[in-house]
Amino acid sequence: MTCNTGFVYADSVTSYRFKDDHPFNQMRVVLTKELLEASGALESTSIINPRSATDDELSLAHSRKYIDAVKRAGKGLVPGDEGLEYGIGTEDTPVFKDMHEAAALLVGSTLTAIDAVLEGKVEHALNLGGGLHHGFERKASGFCIYNDGAVGIKYIRKNYNYRVLYVDTDAHHGDGVQWAFYNDPNVCTLSIHETGRYLFPGTGNVNERGLKEGYGYSFNVPIDAFTEDESFLQVYESAFKEVVEYFKPDVIITQNGADAHFLDPLTHLCGTMNIFERIPALAHELAHKYCQGKWIALGGGGYDIWRVVPRAWSQIWSIMQGLEPFKGKLPDQWLKKWQESSPVVLPEHWHDPADSYKPIPRKQEITEKNDKILEKSLQLIHNQKKYNSL
Amino acid sequence: MLVEEIMKKDVISLTPDDTIETALKLLNQHHIRHIPIVDETMVVIGIVSDRDVRDASPSVFEKKNNMGTLKNKLGAIMTQPVITVHPLDFAEETASIFYEHEIACVPVTRNDKLVGIITEKDMLYTLIQLTGTNVQSSQIEVKVLNKPGILPQVTQVLGKRKVNISSVLIYPYKPDSSYKIIVFRIQTMNPLPTIEDLKTEGYEVLWPQMPGMQP
Repeated sequence: MTCNTGFVYADSVTSYRFKDDHPFNQMRVVLTKELLEASGALESTSIINPRSATDDELSLAHSRKYIDAVKRAGKGLVPGDEGLEYGIGTEDTPVFKDMHEAAALLVGSTLTAIDAVLEGKVEHALNLGGGLHHGFERKASGFCIYNDGAVGIKYIRKNYNYRVLYVDTDAHHGDGVQWAFYNDPNVCTLSIHETGRYLFPGTGNVNERGLKEGYGYSFNVPIDAFTEDESFLQVYESAFKEVVEYFKPDVIITQNGADAHFLDPLTHLCGTMNIFERIPALAHELAHKYCQGKWIALGGGGYDIWRVVPRAWSQIWSIMQGLEPFKGKLPDQWLKKWQESSPVVLPEHWHDPADSYKPIPRKQEITEKNDKILEKSLQLIHNQKKYNSL
Repeated sequence: MLVEEIMKKDVISLTPDDTIETALKLLNQHHIRHIPIVDETMVVIGIVSDRDVRDASPSVFEKKNNMGTLKNKLGAIMTQPVITVHPLDFAEETASIFYEHEIACVPVTRNDKLVGIITEKDMLYTLIQLTGTNVQSSQIEVKVLNKPGILPQVTQVLGKRKVNISSVLIYPYKPDSSYKIIVFRIQTMNPLPTIEDLKTEGYEVLWPQMPGMQP
């Protein structure tokens, strides 16, 4: 089966740039796009030009005062203390020129992807520039100024009235999106992430299940540091399948952070390329099974922009189109072009070799712990099933 | 943190002349486990717990014959004297009172009159807030020498990067009492530069190696 699929992209995605030595670097989107082109998998006819989000659209998930502060900050008109109140001007989200315009484009790109799918122009759409899941209503945090996922879902609720399942596989908890819909029973969030014991933002515990009418529509699976492929996938597959069956969404949005890889500098998960193949494959399968294919995939974290992100994100595109995942050697043309700029040696193959990292001594214990966490996370669904069958 | 900041102010209380039946109803209705007993001027003279009330209620097996028991007065079963705290006491001290006396609730009094109540649950919630795990942050644990002046030295390193510290905890390093561990929760997604700075200054960052695991 091949699918009609849209790739939302503009070169100006790189205008979202805090400073040179900041780990969040949208060059990774350019690197991915070029890797896909060099592999012959991305035609210009698939590329959709994004628009910017309007203030009204941003205000679906952000306060007007905050939007105004971001605008002024980008023009150098916000003094330090006022900025800090909005989470701007910190180590994580420093002020940069025209930051509003750059951030509004990322949100607009997600809205473009949503419209393309929900108006039926394509079955699936990919916006790798998005997935900024830490943004809050009136606060920037964790490299995220505006939360494109939250704005996008509010936009779907308002304009299409669909029930939305949001699945977040970034190594960090998808807190901004979760809190935005914490008491909304029409939006279900599922986040699989490294435990917040040490890792930012520290939240995302199994007992965060939603509030009031939204109770039972937030799911969290905080897996242990040093989790490897098998356990990650076991948890991901079970959680996604059970939650989609329970919630029966009309559309699926996935956040595809690529920071669960063992090379990622900011997290402690030990995934390899295998998980980044399977993550979109299952989303693809379930979108067809439950939502007539309606699936919008976003980017997210990913801080090894040379060795990890382009390979991981390219697989989403290949799988979205209904093609086989890439295998074997990376295209020479791409390696040649980018090795010069890369401070690290680029990998030559799509997959990671078997012995890429030191064995994890407590693998069995970690696996067992993750299984327990998964069980706790899905307890509510299991209880309901049991109750309904009585 | 002061007791007056964490206590509940709308306290359900009864008098010694009220019946066990009334207490039982209130305990169930409000999902509480303790009721302070006060005199007509609101001076605390006793306390009853759900266990006191149950002990004084007829067994489920003989309820029909003994319902009269519930008409007994609370004055007969209340515990006294009552351990109380003052609104200006420290919340942390209240935790040790709970621990030492093996109780789960203290009335708060001013001039002996009831003004609030603190339960184990309020205490736990306060501890959650003190540890800072309820706000966005990354956690760093630093092993330092157990000597005066060490905390400002370490926080100075954090200050350089302008990272906001959301909470600090210090606990002893068990294997060797000449060290202790400082736990910081800092509001940044990228703690790496801070960790680098700490290492450069010679501090041992214990984060987040699991026991027996090399980084």
